[in-house]
Amino acid sequence: MAKIVIDPVTRIEGHLRIEAEVDGNRVADAWSSSTMFRGIEKILRGRDPRDAWVFTQRFCGVCTTVHAIAAIRAVEHALDVRVPPNAELIRNIIMGVQNIHDHVIHFYHLHALDWVDITSALKADPARTSALAAATSAWPLNSATYFKGIQDRLAAFVNTRRLGPFANAWWGHPAYRLAPEMNLMATAHYLEALEWQKDIIRIHAILGSKNPHPQTFLVGGMAITIDPASQTALNAGRLAEIRGLLAKISDFVEKVYIPDLLAIASQYKEWFAIGAGVGDFLCYGDFPSDNSGRAEALWMPRGMIRDRDLSRVHGVEQEKIAEYVDHSWYDSPAGPGAGLHPWDGATVHNYTGPRPPYEYLDTREKYSWVKAPRYEGRPVEVGPLARCLIARAAGHREMKAAVDMVLARLHLQPADLCSTMGRTVARGIETLVLARKLPEWLEALTGNIRGGDCAVHNGEKWDPDTWPAEAKGYGWHEAPRGALGHWIRIRDGKIFNYQAVVPSTWLASPRDAKGQRGPYEAALAGTPLADPKRPLEILRTIHSFDPCIACAVHLFDPERGDGVTVKVL
Amino acid sequence: MDTRDSDKGIRVDMQKKDEKTIWENKGISRRDFLKFCTAMSAALALPAAFAPKIARALDDVKRPALVWLEFQDCAGDTEALLRASNPSLSEIVLDVLSLDYHETFMAAAGRQAEENLWKTVREQRGKYIAVVEGSIPMKDGGVYCCIGGRSALDIAREVCGNAFATIAAGTCATGGGIPEAKPNPTGAVGVKDAVPGATVINLPGCPLNPDNLTATIVHYLTFGKLPTTDSQGRPLFAYGKRIHDNCERRPHFDAGQYVERWDDEAHRKGHCLYKMGCKGPETYHNCPIQRYNDKTGWPVGAGHGCVGCSESGFWDTMSPFYRRLPNVPGFGVELTADRIGAGLAIATAAAFAGHGVINALRGNKDKEGKKEE
Repeated sequence: MAKIVIDPVTRIEGHLRIEAEVDGNRVADAWSSSTMFRGIEKILRGRDPRDAWVFTQRFCGVCTTVHAIAAIRAVEHALDVRVPPNAELIRNIIMGVQNIHDHVIHFYHLHALDWVDITSALKADPARTSALAAATSAWPLNSATYFKGIQDRLAAFVNTRRLGPFANAWWGHPAYRLAPEMNLMATAHYLEALEWQKDIIRIHAILGSKNPHPQTFLVGGMAITIDPASQTALNAGRLAEIRGLLAKISDFVEKVYIPDLLAIASQYKEWFAIGAGVGDFLCYGDFPSDNSGRAEALWMPRGMIRDRDLSRVHGVEQEKIAEYVDHSWYDSPAGPGAGLHPWDGATVHNYTGPRPPYEYLDTREKYSWVKAPRYEGRPVEVGPLARCLIARAAGHREMKAAVDMVLARLHLQPADLCSTMGRTVARGIETLVLARKLPEWLEALTGNIRGGDCAVHNGEKWDPDTWPAEAKGYGWHEAPRGALGHWIRIRDGKIFNYQAVVPSTWLASPRDAKGQRGPYEAALAGTPLADPKRPLEILRTIHSFDPCIACAVHLFDPERGDGVTVKVL
Repeated sequence: MDTRDSDKGIRVDMQKKDEKTIWENKGISRRDFLKFCTAMSAALALPAAFAPKIARALDDVKRPALVWLEFQDCAGDTEALLRASNPSLSEIVLDVLSLDYHETFMAAAGRQAEENLWKTVREQRGKYIAVVEGSIPMKDGGVYCCIGGRSALDIAREVCGNAFATIAAGTCATGGGIPEAKPNPTGAVGVKDAVPGATVINLPGCPLNPDNLTATIVHYLTFGKLPTTDSQGRPLFAYGKRIHDNCERRPHFDAGQYVERWDDEAHRKGHCLYKMGCKGPETYHNCPIQRYNDKTGWPVGAGHGCVGCSESGFWDTMSPFYRRLPNVPGFGVELTADRIGAGLAIATAAAFAGHGVINALRGNKDKEGKKEE
């Protein structure tokens, strides 16, 4: 069997390498490896817990905000701080916008070129492209003149013979199937989405000074103040600006993203039967409707699906989470085959792979900087698909309606969503639901202000003198790529222990002691390859997970695990 | 670049009149193009009269090649590039530069992607611009960051060593950034330390402001040389003054009006964040002027103190982020980072006594938010 390597896997965040064994025209087996390590959690030890979010936000600049939110929640949980309702609403708006922004960029700029052959767009008839676009959407930029302009710009670019980021790709690959007109339409929207994303993300700049890496979170609330009589605070003018940008979000999502997604998915329907993955799904739930900290108050529901039984939602018990390092470049004092709960983690990085430059990793041994988290010893998929399946099974009104709309439009069964294209479609479904939900949070915020409530910060526990000598907590968040958890232990006002279990750690994980594949690896097994020398299909399935590898590789090295028991939610 | 002079410069010919510029041939209107050139003049802190010169320079150059390397990074600077407006990323990719390698955006993957990088290094030797995002781990033979089976250090030596110039984008690439913070588990350093011979322009910031990146590139295209920098390799047009010098809340500092607690009246009214730990007085960056996301906001403007992210080693030297600076230099706005002498600290202390803050500092070490004055 031939072994092929894709390194770097491009159009993702971070450094990911896939090695695959190919049997004829099919992937027989696959190994997922991350090849970069920083050790930020180790750097956190001994620092001020109120600073943690500034550090952890730098886990990742693509899913910026998410590690800030998780860190803030972990510290607030440890210190039992309840933030003002306005702060929860502002956080919901920031998180919702982050999910939407991330998903749209993923679809157009990271994933689309797996399905869209840009070079074919040059052959399109602009008039027919216009008719195609008008048939699916009332988007104003649908004229033949407009598409002709895009095509001319593309032609002028190609004629320079310097294709920049589009050079040397697998254009013309037999697995590309879209008509030239659909390719031209998607190319136009690739460019439009680039402009749109930098505009709508200004919501983060209004609420949080800048993006990426907004600088606005505080343990206890937010740093952006509310005062209708102040030039510098959130006032009526700024709220109006956010309202306008939210309208721009939903306009693009409803009239461009969703129509494009359904059009492309309808042309690649066999991809609803490829890339199934592991079959267990996990969602921590998010977007609290109050500041009680109760799971029932989460708008997006918490739960698990086991063995692809899409009718039943199981509970989530965090003590059932453990990480394994049998195939990761770490030592475990617990010994081979033993997993450790994040609280008890005692890992030491120890690279045993080949010295660079190398051709292949030794995938029988340790082969990645990503650890292998498991729930009750089993690999688990997290992310938009998990959220859609769990919310639908839990009877979540908005999510269920959106999922069922897509199933009806594409003539699919719910089980078909457990697939490469299912993941891609689920991301769109979630974006649509969030785009419709966001104005409600803004109106709730406006209503509070109208009623005279302008509070954004609870300072009762700001001063470390008010803290107990020891405290521990965790913060959960549904980041764009899935369930994210940070665990913190505070001793004498300093960070004693910090641990993050991140969506892409679940997803990109290597094998565990039992040899169970991680979700990427499991989804790749059996993937058909039209041309094994140009494994476009591997990129499709890997990109369907939206890898974020800087997040996935994290390490804390407590050097002592002292068996902490964990509060159960 | 075909029009390049021998001394690392480009020749700028006078534009032939009445002809369509290459920009117009690319479907960009003359009006939009000139608007962009005017914005660029502003970003570079140049008089508006420079706009036509920029226009001529951009018309004439054949898109120079640019390769963007990501090492120990979080892609935050890449995301910042996505937010660039003058020019935007689509203009950069289609019209301004030939972005030959960028892992996050490029269509090619694996071996084909690497071929693109090495083709540019081979064929454009000494002419292409390299941008580096992320630090470079030096420990243990570079095993903490490998791409295509090669170590980051190995790649950086070859790519940056053969570039016309390297732009270190963001604080990780300029000084090691967060991976370099204590205890620096992987031996992370910035480009200048990893590849000592390379020509490096440092654009720190976490992430960098994309306007400063595009301005640096346009400065090069317009004037045929790299911008003037301070001793840390930072262009003076972006890092020549402290946050504190241009801060919109500065009058409140001068008037002794400080935020004492988060969400207090002073916080809502936009008073000075110095007591809440703001590092603006020791941070050289043009945030207050240039701001972020189409000039929508910047940290102090939105109510949170500066964390000093454009200063090398800020993760250690500026933290804890909510502890107020022990010594705030009181020197005048005309001084750059290089000209701050040790003696100034004394003048500073004197200046601060006038604000009634200095005693509180002396008496109250690590405690914030207490009875200060």
